[in-house]
Amino acid sequence: MPLELVETWDEQIDTKQYLWTLNFGPQHPATHTTLRLILTLDGEKVVKAVPDIGYLHSGFEKLGEDLNYNQYVTIVDRMNYISPVANEIAWHHVVEKLLGIEITPRCKFIRTILAELARISDHCLNIGTAALDLGAFTPFLYAFYQRELIYDIIQEASGQRFHPSYTRVGGLMFDVRDEWIRKVREFVRSFPKAHSDIHRLLTRNRIFVERTKGIGILPRELAINLGCTGPVARASGVVRDLRKDEPYLAYGELRDSFQVVCGQGGDCYARYLVRMEEMLESLKIIRAAIENLPSGPVNVDVESKAVLPAKPATWRTIEGLIQHFELIMTNRGFETPQEEIYGAIESPNGELGYYIVADGTDRPYRCRTRPPSFVHFAVFPYLAVGHQVSDMVAILGSLNIIAAELDR
Amino acid sequence: MAVASLQDILQHLRQHTNTDRIELSTFRDNVRLVVPKEYLYLVLQFLKERYGFDMLIDITAVDYLNYPDARHRFGVVYCLLNTVSGQRLIVKTYLDEPDLALPSAFSLWKAADWLEREVYDMFGIVFEGHPDLRRILMAEWFTDYPLRKDYPLRGRGERHDFPVITRAES
Repeated sequence: MPLELVETWDEQIDTKQYLWTLNFGPQHPATHTTLRLILTLDGEKVVKAVPDIGYLHSGFEKLGEDLNYNQYVTIVDRMNYISPVANEIAWHHVVEKLLGIEITPRCKFIRTILAELARISDHCLNIGTAALDLGAFTPFLYAFYQRELIYDIIQEASGQRFHPSYTRVGGLMFDVRDEWIRKVREFVRSFPKAHSDIHRLLTRNRIFVERTKGIGILPRELAINLGCTGPVARASGVVRDLRKDEPYLAYGELRDSFQVVCGQGGDCYARYLVRMEEMLESLKIIRAAIENLPSGPVNVDVESKAVLPAKPATWRTIEGLIQHFELIMTNRGFETPQEEIYGAIESPNGELGYYIVADGTDRPYRCRTRPPSFVHFAVFPYLAVGHQVSDMVAILGSLNIIAAELDR
Repeated sequence: MAVASLQDILQHLRQHTNTDRIELSTFRDNVRLVVPKEYLYLVLQFLKERYGFDMLIDITAVDYLNYPDARHRFGVVYCLLNTVSGQRLIVKTYLDEPDLALPSAFSLWKAADWLEREVYDMFGIVFEGHPDLRRILMAEWFTDYPLRKDYPLRGRGERHDFPVITRAES
């Protein structure tokens, strides 16, 4: 074992003669992805935790400067690969804000449903794996079966299960079919049973409760000071949800169909409960949206010079052909304002924002991602101190760190 | 808490810093304050303490090397949020070589810790007063700043020099 004597730096812990250093990761089954923690231990108690990240850094932001606004969606997909659709929606939401495009009502509703399905799938994975790390295997299987159903729905819409790249500037790759609507309705009907199964397995499970209650407490002031958003902040009592506070997509119209879930404890158990309840609220949004799905086109008008015209128009009309040509040719494409914009949506993990600098061409000059995982992992050293090594797993699980988004 | 009027904030800031070089601009729903870097810390502190911008959402930088009509090399962007009123504000400052130093915002928001480290890692902008300014995403021995515009997309061949551990050594 890599044990090394570390000099004590504090008078108070001087009586404890030795502290050990433990290297947690980068390849540890409980980190799920590649990240590393350097823990300083006093016996089994953590005195100091230093995260070391960057193992999955792939230069996504640099790549974004070389791809146009539609192409970059394939890269955005691979950031938070637990809920890829949410990333796509965030990216094109900000691009459309930059270009000043107002998407059609049908597109808004479809994107809303997909975003909420992504939230359910993300929370399912998070709860499943967090429980798995604490020794509960069955909820993991239940949660992953539900994720499988969501993959089917996404596949029905886009043709791709995992990284659909479904959104486009000003709309979607193509419209959904009736079969998709049927599948979403079926999911809305069947999910509450699986949810209550997980509930019954975990919420009052003595082992699970004792391993999570009072572990990794994040007080409200600290959560705000550290920039936490999403379920992590809401579990600490920060009442903030962009879906209510800055409504985008169809959330303004569906405002009355859901509530913001907040907790008070700020510990791992509170974060688990907030995620559990949020899944039910998401389901309410999906139910309201699928029953009120507007008809009409899914893409914005071709006149906006942002979307490709439908194939028959390209083949049979001269205007369609010109429009197609204008967008596809490398020296043409979008006209963007020479401006900078920050926009964000409420992704399953928290506020997922993009800061885009446009220089007039069809490629972003700079496309910064504001990744919630990155901000939340910076919280980890504050939560870890004073707990035992086995609690590190519970805290990591409750923060839902996705390393691909963390390192980009 | 009501949303503070932008003109009030601007007036107050100009009085507080005793300069007229603070500018306000808007685009869509974004509100931006462009601040000379000498006053940056003063402005951030004032916004946090007087106007309740208690959350630092993001810090990022932009390299304006090839940007049309750019007058400065780097821009550093602070996205602030007031969690009570929901008001957002973007504070921006410009930097030029060779003086790439800014005061650290860590004493105001702890969130600045990693965000500033990332800006330092990617752009080489130094934050004075930061408790632990190391590279965060790139390796410690890396010497370039990859998100600068004069750094090529495919790198400068650093990957060829990666130390390779053979099976016998491992």
